[in-house]
Amino acid sequence: MMFMGLYNYWIVVVLMMIGLYIVIAHGNLIKKIVGLTIFQTSVFIFYISIAKVDGGTAPILEDGVSQYSNPLPHVLILTAIVVGIATTALGLALAVRLKEAYGSIEEKHIQDLDNHTLENQSKDEQGC
Amino acid sequence: MKDLVAVVMLAGIYSLLSASFFVVMDAADVAFTEASVGAGISTLLMLVAITMTGRSEHLVRHKPMLALVVVTIIGGLLIYGTLDMPHFGAVDSPIHGYVAPRYINDSMQEVGVINIVTSVLASYRAFDTFGEVVVIFTAGIGVLVLLSVERRPEDDAEIDSLNKAMHEQQLILRIATKMLIPFILLFALYVQFHGDFGPGGGFQAGVIFASAIILYAMLFGLSTARRVINQSFIQLVAAIGVLLFGSTGLVSLLNGGNFLDYNVLFVDPIAGQHLGIFLIEWGVGCTVASVIVLIFFNFAGRRENYKRKKHRETK
Repeated sequence: MMFMGLYNYWIVVVLMMIGLYIVIAHGNLIKKIVGLTIFQTSVFIFYISIAKVDGGTAPILEDGVSQYSNPLPHVLILTAIVVGIATTALGLALAVRLKEAYGSIEEKHIQDLDNHTLENQSKDEQGC
Repeated sequence: MKDLVAVVMLAGIYSLLSASFFVVMDAADVAFTEASVGAGISTLLMLVAITMTGRSEHLVRHKPMLALVVVTIIGGLLIYGTLDMPHFGAVDSPIHGYVAPRYINDSMQEVGVINIVTSVLASYRAFDTFGEVVVIFTAGIGVLVLLSVERRPEDDAEIDSLNKAMHEQQLILRIATKMLIPFILLFALYVQFHGDFGPGGGFQAGVIFASAIILYAMLFGLSTARRVINQSFIQLVAAIGVLLFGSTGLVSLLNGGNFLDYNVLFVDPIAGQHLGIFLIEWGVGCTVASVIVLIFFNFAGRRENYKRKKHRETK
């Protein structure tokens, strides 16, 4: 029973590893971005869950309440969520541009195309 | 799962669930933000991106077993690391010492705002928030650089006719939404001004305000929306938001205080704090709203261009 109080961290770790697995194992860039958002949310959950105090309420001052949850992690995560969407949008924009340039957003296709052009370049240089 | 639309929808549901989790954890402000950003805007942006990048995935995983092993090892180590952590909900855990008691006990006398999250966000850690706003602004510029398309006036007619064919089918949706939009805008303003007393503030208000404009752009076409709000005007507002935040800090600096120290803004320190929080929340709201609208406009503009090209090819 000693470790039962730690289950919030374990949920966070499991979510984080799901996100990490998606980022490593999937070649599709949109899926990688979804994986990153899952990873990101797991960090949010970590912060919010350690801010929780037993018997506390939301940190909005009220008469007769003395126990509040910790407001500092809330502030950090609040801003992080909005920054997160802005950076996700940037990632999606990059994916769209890659699609236009390579005709694909699969990591493997892009790599193959790059290798192909590199080989051609080195062949050309040898020819000279 | 091969179908990326399903993946994105599931991600949206996951976001909404985590928002309700934040409510249970007493983080009303965070839940509010997550619900409007994660479940709303981010799902929408991913869907727009998928329309351009294709909705199915080639199922080629590179070395899934190796990835699984790596993930399991890291996860195991992390769980081993948590064994020393304070228990969930413990009152005496180290995070609740240090600055948190001061925020909870003294913020009423020092800032005079009921919502502690707002007073920490906008007053105690305003410098931090300034950084975040600049990051959002920069990300907006990045999207603008990556995706903006120059639109020639002679293409306008063609895009308009393409849009009209699509939009005429959705008459009921258009009329219902048209009635909804003013209420969404009003709610955004309420959230903006009510941030001192309950969950809310510039970040949430900005996102809600932007979602109303995005809704309009989705149903009436991008060119109509651009006629209502000019894109260069939105760019201006985004910059003005950051400028308002920074110059509030500068004014307090010139009045003899520290950067973003609102006590010196007014004769009465509490009134000064209120004025300062009001101004920077406006700055945050303006920047967030206009950056999100800007991001959507650029994604949608790119998509229109893409559709026009396809249309020409089929011709």
